[in-house]
Amino acid sequence: MALLVDKLRPRTLDSLSYHPELSDRLRSLAQSGDFPHLLVYGPSGAGKKTRIIATLKELYGPGVEKIKIDARVFQTTSNRKLEFNIVSSVYHLEITPADVGNYDRVVIQELLKEVAQTQQVDLSAKQRFKVVVINEADHLTRDAQAALRRTMEKYSPNLRLILLANSTSNIIAPIRSRTLLVRVAAPSENDICSALRIAAKKEGWTEVDGLNKRIAKESGRNLRRALLMFESIYAQNEKVTEKTLIPPPDWEAVIQVTADDILADRSPARLLEVRTRLYDLLTHCIPPSTILKTLTFKLVARVDDALKPDVIKWSAFYEHRIKLGSKVIFHLEAFVAKFMRIYESYLMGMGIDL
Amino acid sequence: MASTFFNNKARAAAAASSSSKPKVGEAKEDNVRQQPWVEKYRPKTLDDVAAQDHTTKVLQRTLQASNLPHMLFYGPPGTGKTSTILALAKSLFGPALYRSRILELNASDERGIGIVRDKVKNFARAQLSQPTGLDAAYRAQYPCPPFKIIILDEADSMTQDAQSALRRTMEQYSRITRFCLVCNYVTRIIEPLASRCSKFRFKSLDNSAAGSRLENIALAENLTLEDGVVPTLIKCGDGDLRRAITYLQSAARLVGATKADAKQANGYDDDEMTDAGSASGTITVRSIEEIAGVIPEDILDNLVQAMQPKGSGSAYDAVSKVVTGLVADGWSATQLVSQLYRRVVFTEAIPDIQKNRIVMAFSEMDKRLVDGADEHLSVLDLTLRIAGIMRSG
Repeated sequence: MALLVDKLRPRTLDSLSYHPELSDRLRSLAQSGDFPHLLVYGPSGAGKKTRIIATLKELYGPGVEKIKIDARVFQTTSNRKLEFNIVSSVYHLEITPADVGNYDRVVIQELLKEVAQTQQVDLSAKQRFKVVVINEADHLTRDAQAALRRTMEKYSPNLRLILLANSTSNIIAPIRSRTLLVRVAAPSENDICSALRIAAKKEGWTEVDGLNKRIAKESGRNLRRALLMFESIYAQNEKVTEKTLIPPPDWEAVIQVTADDILADRSPARLLEVRTRLYDLLTHCIPPSTILKTLTFKLVARVDDALKPDVIKWSAFYEHRIKLGSKVIFHLEAFVAKFMRIYESYLMGMGIDL
Repeated sequence: MASTFFNNKARAAAAASSSSKPKVGEAKEDNVRQQPWVEKYRPKTLDDVAAQDHTTKVLQRTLQASNLPHMLFYGPPGTGKTSTILALAKSLFGPALYRSRILELNASDERGIGIVRDKVKNFARAQLSQPTGLDAAYRAQYPCPPFKIIILDEADSMTQDAQSALRRTMEQYSRITRFCLVCNYVTRIIEPLASRCSKFRFKSLDNSAAGSRLENIALAENLTLEDGVVPTLIKCGDGDLRRAITYLQSAARLVGATKADAKQANGYDDDEMTDAGSASGTITVRSIEEIAGVIPEDILDNLVQAMQPKGSGSAYDAVSKVVTGLVADGWSATQLVSQLYRRVVFTEAIPDIQKNRIVMAFSEMDKRLVDGADEHLSVLDLTLRIAGIMRSG
């Protein structure tokens, strides 16, 4: 059985439920025959990918839905072999170059060149070009982006790129100026509610408006998360009412406990306990930025107003360090220690000027 | 389904009945349509170059004298550096000689020392090919001076080594070859190279020149613009004409897409094509801003309002609410930082001593965003710091 998220994913531009003006724009672009390179950005769970798949369908017809997965092997200049997965249909390719880390430039250069130099063979195809969808474009290295820049200009007759990113900050300016920027905002809480209502109707579940609203609020305007929460509630409870508890994901529960612990007692012994928890989270593949962010917002909610800016300041500081440094646990721990210090001294009235 | 089938059939019939010639024309037309406007409207002659009067005047004079020094063009992006040298080269040599006399190297392609040693040196060293079969009229129109030009675009991204390898080459073959270096930052060009060239500074385009150029393009492309679109384009482009033109083209694609669609559907029916244009929308200020990713003023107003010091307590709750909304709407943090910067720094209401500290916060945040730090935390930190500074007085 497929998850709700996959089962109910809209397949065409018409069935997308929110941002109608954006869907209209994408449709007219797809029909115009002069399809530009796109850079689609927005927070996760806003429906970037869904929108793009629907646009591709508009471009090429139902053929894009027949996809296959290839594993390709690339060789770097230092003779290292790289395994790389490509999702493709007759008309488009989908790649996640960030998978191969620092070697993404090799993949981009070889793969895109190969695609770009072969023309569309299928005469009945609607478009002469192939589309390459690049996931997580903001994780591409500078080198890879520079390589992309040349490729975009040289091979534009046979190739269109669609870049998906969470933000445009890490995309170099030359690429930004060569693409049409498309911003996909997260759905509003009302949008999420109506999406949940539709889902409930399709599944034949009882509709509980109050619960829907709470889910929408909890999800932080992330539709994917909202749907997952929605499904798990209905899976766990026989009878769903307005007051049914929304079970948080287990990692979030762990962070909540950690935050409580930190606030309850500030001592080296406690720090040691927290460290094991943090290690636990890390070994379960929770991204360090997510851990730090969640922890911060849990802590901030519980401290005094005057202390909040300071907590945020140090959180941002150590988050930056995480990105620059190589050993994540140091910075997470340092943040916890720092927080204990400022919290303690605030309680003792020493002032917070550290 | 049925319509495409008939369409295909009709197309096949048309292809069979017509000779291959019109097809070529069609393809060419297609190419022109897909060409970026930046290339399409690149100035053809020196006179066309917008707003660089001083530079073009000097170059005009050298054009008449048919002698040219080595040149170094520098200035911010999109001010017409590459356009100027290309226009100059065209009016010097004309179409017949252009290929054999000009070597254009985009330094972001190949910038290693190997290229300088091989490609550049070989080209510089080669004897001039004598033009054959050129009549007097051609010579009257184009001076055809006895030297070649090597254009090194984006020269500031060449390595130091590659630049030093150029030094001797420049002097040795100066009898038959002139160099033109084009760069953004003159400080990245090593001193020995810079001293061999006469420098031309390209200043940021002033608004009137850029505006008239944009209006010309809009006229040539049959666009209907809302009032205030051109100033918005100039503002979003930030003195960079290329960026402004790209924005304009993207906007035209969005609103004009319906128009092109109608045209395609009617493909073979000439009568109906005339009224297809009337349905297309006008380009609005908002659509330009959306393409440029500019954050609407009222959202910024909210943010600034939230940062204002209030009676007691910190501004955390108000600020964090606005920031969370901003991040969820997907606005780019870099864009937010630069717009907020303009807002805060040019406000008279904030005393200078506070501005000093605020600007320091901005500088650190910019660095963090470039390093790829989390946008939500960084923006929240920045806004809270500014709020704190404004409160502490």
